[in-house]
This record gives sequence, structure tokens and C-alpha cells, in this order.
Amino acid sequence: MMEMIESQLSFLPAPLLAVTLIMLKIVVILVPIMGGVAYLTLLERKVIGYMQVRLGPNRVTFFGIPQLGGLGQPIADAFKLLMKEMIIPAGANKVLFLMAPIVALAPALAAWAVMPFGSELVLADINAGLLYILALTSLGVYGIIIAGWASNSKYAFLGAMRSAAQIVSYEIAMGFALVGVLVAAGSLNLGEIVESQRGNLLTWFWLPLFPLFLIYFISGVAETNRAPFDVSEGESEIVAGFHVEYAGMGFALFFLAEYANMMLIAALTTVMFFGGWMSPLPAAWTDIPVIGTLLGDGLHWFVFKAFFFLFCFLWFRATFPRYRYDQIMRLGWKVFLPITIVWIVVVSSLVVLEVPPWFSSHGAGA
Amino acid sequence: MPEIRNMTLNFGPQHPAAHGVLRLVLEMDGEVIERADPHIGLLHRGTEKLAENKPFNQSIGYMDRLDYVSMMCNEHAYVMAIERLLGITPPVRAQYIRVMFDEITRVLNHLMWLGAHGLDIGAMTVFLYCFREREDLMDCYEAVSGTRMHATYYRPGGVYRDLPERMPQYQASRWRSEKDVKELNRNRQGSMLDFIEDFADRFPACVDEYETLLTDNRIWKQRTVDIGIVTPERALALGFTGPMLRGSGVEWDLRKKQPYEVYGDLEFDIPVGLNGDCYSRYLVRVEEMRQSARLIKQCVQWLRQNPGPVIIDDHKLTPPRRGEMKGDMESLIHHFKLFTEGYCVPPGEVYAAVEHPKGEFGIYLVSDGANKPYRVKARAPGFAHLSAMNEMAQGHMLADVVAIIGTMDIVFGEIDR
Repeated sequence: MMEMIESQLSFLPAPLLAVTLIMLKIVVILVPIMGGVAYLTLLERKVIGYMQVRLGPNRVTFFGIPQLGGLGQPIADAFKLLMKEMIIPAGANKVLFLMAPIVALAPALAAWAVMPFGSELVLADINAGLLYILALTSLGVYGIIIAGWASNSKYAFLGAMRSAAQIVSYEIAMGFALVGVLVAAGSLNLGEIVESQRGNLLTWFWLPLFPLFLIYFISGVAETNRAPFDVSEGESEIVAGFHVEYAGMGFALFFLAEYANMMLIAALTTVMFFGGWMSPLPAAWTDIPVIGTLLGDGLHWFVFKAFFFLFCFLWFRATFPRYRYDQIMRLGWKVFLPITIVWIVVVSSLVVLEVPPWFSSHGAGA
Repeated sequence: MPEIRNMTLNFGPQHPAAHGVLRLVLEMDGEVIERADPHIGLLHRGTEKLAENKPFNQSIGYMDRLDYVSMMCNEHAYVMAIERLLGITPPVRAQYIRVMFDEITRVLNHLMWLGAHGLDIGAMTVFLYCFREREDLMDCYEAVSGTRMHATYYRPGGVYRDLPERMPQYQASRWRSEKDVKELNRNRQGSMLDFIEDFADRFPACVDEYETLLTDNRIWKQRTVDIGIVTPERALALGFTGPMLRGSGVEWDLRKKQPYEVYGDLEFDIPVGLNGDCYSRYLVRVEEMRQSARLIKQCVQWLRQNPGPVIIDDHKLTPPRRGEMKGDMESLIHHFKLFTEGYCVPPGEVYAAVEHPKGEFGIYLVSDGANKPYRVKARAPGFAHLSAMNEMAQGHMLADVVAIIGTMDIVFGEIDR
């Protein structure tokens, strides 16, 4: 596919060709992500709706076809937000106020650059992929803090403070969980991390790194400010927290960032603990005619696994009450941090002792 | 070096957790509350003064609008005060109907409270589960009085009319298919008593469902245990009543201590909390819902076996039947007098209190012998509870203030009156 486009564009000078190709790839990655974000909002409202014995959105449709009821909702919402006035409150720091939503959204999208969707399907196959991810996901919180500070509102300010406190406590546990993955895989390259899990359902890292997997996912929920860790926007306490003063597209960008981050965390959990694009079924099954290719490795497994984790995000939101923010920090510092440290020691010993089936002869993915 | 000052946060009256129009001025050190100053009066409608300008029997509707989530209990106190001044007793069947609807109202109120309290603490789903059951009870209100909320069903001398023989049913429409309607009407085939009994039978299982989401939930416990502790001594001194008092471990319930209507003949238990924190009060209220279901069932059984009048037959106080009024001169005069002038109540003063879902709701009534009350004073339980806000919230965090507002179960209709 890519070669075909490349040959079509071969009349361009070499540097321009490279840039065009990369731009094309970015579009190919971002368009499905943005569409996914839009329809994730619908999915959330539908899933939570059914969990709460109601229907969720079912009115906005395309061309008046009743069977598609609800499917037009994200598009209608997007248009509504685009049409709305963006109000800048008196006393707000105008530059920072307008910058904050961009600062929140940009890292959430940029992090997808190193995401391996399949064995060759990656935009930037860099060796420090894990570090890059860690750096970018932490940057997102600046958007929240800047928004809270620039709004010149006490509620927004409280939200920003909470967010800062929360990110400090969770980033460390999250980082340590990633160190566990690094030790187990012996590489910072996300593609190689997936490769080192090759085998079957039991050779994926979720089993040897089970506590780290749980902590990573919970920290991910906390980092995306989702229930039960949504203290920085705590609806019933500080109204909407950091984005209380935002309207229209500014608000929409925060929304996009939150959902893009959710998808990112779900995808990363898949890559690091659940074998990325790999199929859980035995390799022999790929010989089955017709459906054989579906049962083998491929992008669809990646999407399917990530989708499951996204569903968990929604499920949590419908089930749990909200933590108080000092309790979140207690959980981060007193529970998660010690567990991760202990488990890194355990994983390191497993790797050194070359415990099969994960760390045997092929030697920690080296 | 600049001086470090506390932050003053204006919480409400427009706030998702303000439960209406509570305005709290919070003085905070970071997120820790130093002082919480509740401001009230944003929903003041002058109910007491309005009632003083109308004949006795025309103010019942105002009482519904005091605590607008437990309507019939408010009516009960007012109607009971008039009855005591008049020296009349409603027929026993009316008393059972009143007790049954008081308990239905208690369940209504506690469901609303549980949902709102859950929502305050971030548990969204409980709210919708509660409202599912609440809808059925609203239908009972509607079946018996014609409206879902402001019923005006209790009248001095009894209740407006007997329970309907047939429960109203859903009808198929563009939006509801025959099949859905059939499912919705499954437990509405018989009389209203059948429907209520069916509800009382399945309701404990529903309460179990809410409890699976909350009672043993670690986050719920972290958010409610040891939050807003009130010692029994302080609770009494602050004038707490109802679940707020019982949550602190004081066994006080007007239904047991000063039985009115037929509560003396019915079996039920009074749950009492241990710690006086939000969690104790939560447990007390949840158990009260179960006890209410038990009371409702006993009332249904009695009402099935004992038909009879539901309002006294003295047409100086209660309207004559419509048919009689059309053909009988004296009934017409009664009707005309009753709906224009009302009736005069002997001079005197009386305080009638009921165990309202939120606590002791009392009406203090002074009559100078005219057809209008000389003075009406409503004793709203929520007012006493809200005045303890500062004491309960001090030293807690902002998120706990929301939990405390939730646990107080305040409704501004009765506080501002």
C-alpha cells in the first residue's frame, strides 16, 4: 500500500517525498483515533446508560433512518461545540487560557507515534519508545494545571491543584510499573516489547507482571482523570474543576484529550501486558480456511484487546464512587509504590534465573 | 513576605451538590474547611404566613410543598394539628391508609436521599436504580390522589378517598410497544393494594442491590466512615431528630415513643447507628427502608380485611358526596360553606409532630376561634440539621462537605419554608 503511494509520488524530490509520506501516515493514524474518540463518547453514554437501566442517546440519526438512532449524536455534539462561543473570563490569562486545551490534547495525540499497531505498523519505530510515552503522557497534565491557573476561578484552581498532586503520586508508580516491563522485555522499543511476549496467552507479560499490570492500569485511569479518580473535575465537589470556565471548542479539546488518553492507556496496556497484536489462539489454527487469517496475529487483535480495556474504563465509571484526593495519594504512595518496588525485584530475579516460559533460553527478549 | 490568607469559597447556591439552593461560604486552608457558614432563605415562600391567611382546610397543599420529597408526611402533621384542635379522630381505615402512605413516603424520601447522596460521592448508578423504584411509588401517589407529587390527600377527618380498586395501567403508544406495555403492567393487574404488596415484596431485594454497590465498597466506606461525626450528646443538644439522631446512637422515634395513628399496633424495629458518622446514618436509613416495607405489608393486610369509611361523616368538616350535593339542599349548603368559608376551629393551641423521613416534623397551630389559623409554625427537621453544618464540616476536606450535605438529607423547601 505504502509502496504504491510512494511510486505514485516518485516525481517529488526525495526530502519532500519523505515528509509527504510521514504526513500521510499521521493522517492515517489520527483520523481513526479522532473518529474513535467521537464514537467512544457515544459508546460511553450507551454502555453506562444500559448499566443504569436507561437507553442513552437514541434520537440523532442519519437521513432519518430510525435504526441508526443515536449514531449521529457525536457529530451533532461536535457541531454544537464548534458553533458555541468560547468565553474568556475576565481576569483570565488570555494566552495561557487559550493554550491550555492545546497543551492537553497535543501529547495525547503525539504519543500514538510510537504505538505498534501491528508487527510493521508503526509510524516511528524508535528505540526509546517507552521513555517517549512516559514523557508525553506526563506532559498532558500541564494542560490541566495551566487551564486551572489561567481561568482565574477558585474551582478551576482547586481542580488544578488536585490534578498536580494526583499526577505526582501516580506518575512514580506508573514509571516503576514500566520499569518492570522494561526489565522483562529487555527493550524500550514497544514493538520489541510485544515481540518478546511471543507465544500464547500465558507467555504474555500480564502473568509474570500481574501486580504491575493492575497498578499500571489503575494508574492509567488515575492519569486520565477518569472515575473513580476524577477528583480534578469532581462534578459534585468543584463543579467541573479545571475546565469549569471553558466553553465551546476549548471544552471540546479537553474532552478529546481525555478520551484520546483513555484510548492511549488502553492501547499501551495491550502492548505492554497483553501481547499487542498477537493472537491468543494456537498458531495451528491459522490453517483453518476462510477464518484462519482472522484467528492469526493482526491489527484486529490489538483493537479488540484495547477495546476491552476501554470498556473497563466505562465500567469503572458506572460502578465506583469517587475517591477523595488525599485518599488517592495515600493509595499511590503507600500501596502502589511499595508493591511495584517489590515486584521489580521479583521480576529481576525471574529474569536472572531465566524462569520458563517467559524468560527462558531466548533470554529476556534480547 | 506576603501574608498567607485562607481562601473563601462560595459554594452554591448554583452548585451541583447544593441540593437546591444552599449557599455555603467556606473558609478553607487549602482544601481543609476552617469554617462553613450556611446561608439560607433563597427558597423562602412565606408558607406560614400564607397559611395564616386562608381557611384551615385550604392550606394542605402548601404543606406538600414544604419538604417536596416527602409530601404526605408534611400534610400529616398539619392535618393532625387541626384534628387535635377540633377534637376529632379519623376512622381506623383512614389511619391505616395514612400510616401506609407515610411509610411509602419514607421510602420515597430515602430513595431520593440515597440516590442524591450516592451522586454527591460520585456513585452515579445508584441514583438511577433508586429512581426506578421511586417511579412505582409515584404511581401509587398518582393513583390515589391524581398527582405524582403534591397530593393533598390527607384531609382533616380522614383521607380524600378510598384506595382505588384498579391500578392505572400503561397504554401502548408510538414509543411503547404492546409487548413492553404488557411487561410494565404485569404487576398492575389487580387493585392498588395488590400493587403495593407486590412492591413491598420485591423492594427488600432492590435494597440489597443498592447495598451491593455501596455498603461494602471500600471507596464508599473511605468516603463516609468517620466523616461528620456527631456524638449522641451533641446530637441531642443540636436538636437533631430522625435518622440524624438515630445515627448517633440515640434511640428516639416518635412512631415508638409517642405513637400516633395506628403505629402502636404495628410491628417494626428502630435501627440505631453506632458511630454517628455518615456511614452509620447511611446504614440507619437503608434499614429504615426495609422496616418501611415491613410496615407497608402489615397495613396492606389490614386494609384488605377491613373495608369501611375513610373520612368522618360530619359534613360540617368534610365535603358531602358529589351526588348528594347535586340533589340535596342541605348538602349543597354544606359544600358551599366548606369551600368558601371553611370551618371555625375552637380557640387553643396545639403542637402535632410526626416522624417525618428526615426527623421530627411538627406543626404548631394557634387558633383564636376563627376560620383561619392565628399562627402556624412549621418545625422543620432539616433546619436544625443544617445549623450543625459548621460543627460537622470543620477540619474535613471540601469533598467531605459534599458528603455531609448529602448525609443531612436537606431539602430547601422545608428549611426556607
